[in-house]
Amino acid sequence: MKSQTTDLPVTIYTPESPLRRPALFVRAMIADVAASRELAWRLFIRDLTAQYRNSVLGYVWVFVPPVVASLPFIYLNSAGVLRVSDTPIPYAAYAVIGTIIWQTFVEALNSPLKSAGAARAMLTRINFPREAILMSGLMQVAFSFLVRLALLMAVFAAFGLTPAKTAPLFLLGMLIVALAGFTIGVLVTPVGLLYGDVQLGLPIASTFLMLLTPVLYPVPTSGLAATVTRLNPLAPLVTTTRDWLTTGSSAHVAAFVLVSTVTVILLPLGWVAYRVALPHLIARLGN
Amino acid sequence: MSSDVLVTVDGVSRRFCRSLKRSLWYGIGDIVSELNPFSARPREVALRPDEFWAVRNVSFELRAGDCLGLIGPNGAGKTTLLKMLTGLIKPDTGQIAIRGRVGALIALGAGFNPLLTGRDNIYVNGSVLGIPKAAIDRQLEEIVDFADIREFIDTPVQNYSSGMQVRLGFSIAVKLIKPDVLILDEVIAVGDEAFRSKCYQVVGDMLRRCAVVFVSHSMPMIYRLSTQVMVLANGEAVFSGDPARGIESYIRSVDASDQIARRSLGTGEATIHRFSVLNEHGETTRECQYAQPFRLSMDLTVSPAFAEYDISITFMSRAQELVAQCHSGANRYRCRHSGERHRVEIAFDAQLLNPGRYWINVAVFDQSATRHLCWELAVTSFNVIGTFVGNAPVQLLGSWKSTPVTMNGQTPTAEPWAAQPKALP
Repeated sequence: MKSQTTDLPVTIYTPESPLRRPALFVRAMIADVAASRELAWRLFIRDLTAQYRNSVLGYVWVFVPPVVASLPFIYLNSAGVLRVSDTPIPYAAYAVIGTIIWQTFVEALNSPLKSAGAARAMLTRINFPREAILMSGLMQVAFSFLVRLALLMAVFAAFGLTPAKTAPLFLLGMLIVALAGFTIGVLVTPVGLLYGDVQLGLPIASTFLMLLTPVLYPVPTSGLAATVTRLNPLAPLVTTTRDWLTTGSSAHVAAFVLVSTVTVILLPLGWVAYRVALPHLIARLGN
Repeated sequence: MSSDVLVTVDGVSRRFCRSLKRSLWYGIGDIVSELNPFSARPREVALRPDEFWAVRNVSFELRAGDCLGLIGPNGAGKTTLLKMLTGLIKPDTGQIAIRGRVGALIALGAGFNPLLTGRDNIYVNGSVLGIPKAAIDRQLEEIVDFADIREFIDTPVQNYSSGMQVRLGFSIAVKLIKPDVLILDEVIAVGDEAFRSKCYQVVGDMLRRCAVVFVSHSMPMIYRLSTQVMVLANGEAVFSGDPARGIESYIRSVDASDQIARRSLGTGEATIHRFSVLNEHGETTRECQYAQPFRLSMDLTVSPAFAEYDISITFMSRAQELVAQCHSGANRYRCRHSGERHRVEIAFDAQLLNPGRYWINVAVFDQSATRHLCWELAVTSFNVIGTFVGNAPVQLLGSWKSTPVTMNGQTPTAEPWAAQPKALP
């Protein structure tokens, strides 16, 4: 018995902040990511299969949001109520591509808090690698995007458009768009799990932001709108990503690189905060 | 931590907050101070407004084969302590060191998705517990058989009865986890009788291999499984040690908080003025030693319309089940009185109730036994203290002997009966 027990790994819980031992902390982070891959996949499959199991239309619901979100603008534009200045491709296609990019951002933004909230019962009762929850959420975002890629192809075919040569960069753009949303989502999750305000505020904020971002209109060149767009870090993400797919030339690549860099720096910080915060969140969430 | 010790809990405390608003705010504060690289953690952790100690300065050590029974009233801090042991929440002071893999049978079936089938949920639940798919594949049949849900395995879990869900959760947990440290929270008592006996068996097997921390409100179960007991009250360990003495300490400690309301029924043609339990020396007591003599004494007035009457005394357990009775008529005694206040006493050779707390109900009947002249429920309560805690409410005292026996059933030697024990040591 003695020789068996000495080989076992020892886990220690103390009140000390885990950040006081950074090497140990980082090692645990990496170990947990490795340990949570299978679980993340399983949770993703579970949620995916369960999500539409009790619905008649099933996966059609993946297509509905971007179409419905862009329809009013397509209508307003074609009816002449709202005149959007010249777009390089037919406006309807322009709007649908914009909303697909935006929807991916919004889904990634909501994903961490939504997944953590849905897994609340598990979080407060079982100790498992918590990265799995975030990862399965990200997988869902990727899945929805891939399904919408089919919609995108249909739009291109319908308007007789051909993707620009830079189209492969569009996927990189989408990755950064998703990671940017996800990073903000991870950063607000600790507060969001405690205070319902975040969950209530996120949809309102994202609708508002969508109108401030050139999703359904091209980048404004003058006036207040131009200033707002220049200061809006989401603008270069959306426009560059769309330009890569449609025209092949974007005037906002430098800003895109800057925002991407900030995202890549903030994401690990958000992850650290999530890990540090979880035991405290669980203590406050109760059963 | 010496090498054969699997669990060391050293001076562990945890604060909790009564007010939700404040609790959330403290949560934010705790997170910020942990993230802030410049914040120094104060050496003395003090309570903030609205906080109390959910667990206060608890320490223990467990080796393989040790089973610690945690007992205490609701809100004593048992679950908080378990949550710290599983690493779900952090201690505010002290340190917990655990060697090896922790298996927790706490939240059975947490993570079940009601829309998915039992089979799908086995895989999901297994992954949550950190089990690779191949290992789940190997154990799948056993899990299904153990849970006894073969015909429903491809039915969505939302159509399961609650018993089936718990059975499936339990089976997944016990068949897949091979823990070194096992944490059990009131989970053995799930399902029907047959399933429960299977549970006992597997948990019993695990007990021998693991260090176990075990929470239950069932004293017989605590006595049966534990090698040591810790009694928690308001977060503090008020007793730590031998199971029988721990149970005794618990029975005493819940005395004040644990009450069944006294109720008076009946026609009012008899009144009980005083009722008490007396020890063998005739002193009023609230505590009887198992196997020792005791007495009941009551002063009452009965309407002169009834010259003779009967008394029935029933003993009621904490679960409000009647566990024993003493009836004057059955004892061939008829109570007589002159219409004045008088005293009735009953002497018993030995207190045979299982250690625990009991309440006494008294009914006074007329001769025809149809009229409750007086019916007092929970007129008083007392504790039975003993060194053995059994499973049944009454622990009979017997004389024992064992004799060699030949093939044709004869006993060639005459062995004497062992003397009937008057009390256990």
